[in-house]
Amino acid sequence: MSEPVIYLEQLSKTYLVPERDAGVMAAARSLVRRRQREIKAVDQVSFAVEAGEIVGFLGPNGAGKTTTLKMLAGLLHPTSGSGRVLGYEPWQRKRDFLKVITLVMGQRNQLNWDIPASDSFELNRVIYRVPLEQYRQTLNELTELLELGPLLNKPVRNLSLGERMKCEIAAALLHRPRVLFLDEPTIGLDVTAQRRIREFIREYNQRHNATILLTSHYMADVEALCQRVVVIHHGRILFDGPLTDLVTRFSPHKTIVIDLEHSVASPNYALFGEVMSQTDGRVTLRVPKAETAKVAGRLLAELPVSDLTIEDPPIEEVIEQVFAQEAAL
Amino acid sequence: MIKLLLEVYYAQIKTSLAVQFQYRASMVIWMIGRVVQPLVFLVVWTTVARTRGGEVNGYDEGGFAAYFIMQMIVSQATFSWIMWEYDYIIRSGQFNFKLLRPIHPIHADVADNLAYKILSLVILLPVAVLLAWLFPPTFHPQRWSLTAGVLAIGLAFVVRFTIEWTLAMSALWTGRVNAITQIYDVFLIFMSGFFAPLAVMPQAVQVVANFLPFRWLIAFPIELTLGRLTPQAALWGFSMQAFWLLVALTTLTFVWRAGLKQYSAVGS
Repeated sequence: MSEPVIYLEQLSKTYLVPERDAGVMAAARSLVRRRQREIKAVDQVSFAVEAGEIVGFLGPNGAGKTTTLKMLAGLLHPTSGSGRVLGYEPWQRKRDFLKVITLVMGQRNQLNWDIPASDSFELNRVIYRVPLEQYRQTLNELTELLELGPLLNKPVRNLSLGERMKCEIAAALLHRPRVLFLDEPTIGLDVTAQRRIREFIREYNQRHNATILLTSHYMADVEALCQRVVVIHHGRILFDGPLTDLVTRFSPHKTIVIDLEHSVASPNYALFGEVMSQTDGRVTLRVPKAETAKVAGRLLAELPVSDLTIEDPPIEEVIEQVFAQEAAL
Repeated sequence: MIKLLLEVYYAQIKTSLAVQFQYRASMVIWMIGRVVQPLVFLVVWTTVARTRGGEVNGYDEGGFAAYFIMQMIVSQATFSWIMWEYDYIIRSGQFNFKLLRPIHPIHADVADNLAYKILSLVILLPVAVLLAWLFPPTFHPQRWSLTAGVLAIGLAFVVRFTIEWTLAMSALWTGRVNAITQIYDVFLIFMSGFFAPLAVMPQAVQVVANFLPFRWLIAFPIELTLGRLTPQAALWGFSMQAFWLLVALTTLTFVWRAGLKQYSAVGS
């Protein structure tokens, strides 16, 4: 088997953060004596990503996702541990390494506000030394997939958030990177724009067999793109595996939704399971996974059910469950 | 390698010019400030010369006029705002994008500065001519000293930019460079010949100035261009410029490496 594209072992990053209480007096005291606290942003993280994989990197705010991505993109030196991306040690920042990766940060812009995106693209072409022919081809491809046509010649500040994000992504991909680190690429976008970018990421992955590590708070992104997820919390990895396994392992419940043919004189649904919601003729119950079949059978036998579906709980709920379990440990 | 670098500079200067064209008004305001400062010095020192019977330590009215008109050109040519800017660049997270590019970030900063210089020259040169008409300068340049003067201005820019960029990198540690910038500016104003020709400054300042880089950044190119230096003094000046360039580049390399290890990629 060939070497994984992204590989990190026991990677840790500790920040030294100056610490003081609120208020003027505390500020004055901190001039004389500085207190510093160590914060383990990333704590002995190990995982590997194979070529062509799209991996979702999940965790709440401050979990260490962005710090990990920044180390892998060569922006940060780790405190300890080792890592390789395409065989390079990222933080050595070799030119050949930087030319084959990209980092998109949904909350930050690289494009200059005052000039049209096409001007910034041209500058990137020269900096990344993209041959003219390949540049034209890539730009055409990106223009088509992201529908950039009417946007390219407007000053970036005149674009909407969604339009700007599309241009940001294009700028980050003009050199056809083989590894993409995407940090919240769809943050703040409306549903249509999110879907377009999601489709684009999948398309890019398939066309170029690119390896993608993606963070997102939108589970729709993760469900649509990632076969595999890595869950991180307080700097440590809690789970690494297929999305479906995450659900099986961390959610001991299933959801049963029943539609009733006609209203029944208020039966006690709590006897079947935990009532999640109850509206005219439709009841949603949460039941322990092991009892799903039994409860479904009882429901069908005892009530005038016209429709019954058994579902896994929404992925958001499962993730919440993961963090809750960790907190309890 | 050099060809590729030149291509990058060309592209970056083009982009920077496009950006700066968006801010013509603010640029004119900045330029007024940069012209007024030497103008004030000029008026003050020519008045001093007049009340002192026409001359102060080898500078008469025309001598001061020549000095400060040239000072305006040299300080504009060598000036950078990079130390004021890096606080913001780092705190806003823009530095991350500079780091992601497969090229040393200093090149984009130099190109940006050059673009500004090209534009500001358009304003500066007519102003210099106007000042020369209002305050007739006396100077005795020679062909060699003019040529050497241009070279000295170029080198002064390179040295000054390297020093200021290196100091700007202290933002990687502190997140704030402004305090350092203030101290640096005080030295620059009084030890470089910016405020007055070093010949009219107190003896102590002149001695200290010899051990610092600043006089080779401002006073030396001015005096050389105006024909006030002997060929020997010119050679010594170039050697000092080369020496400080070496010091600055070595420090930059060291600071850059150490700074990146230290950098905590703030700003998301």
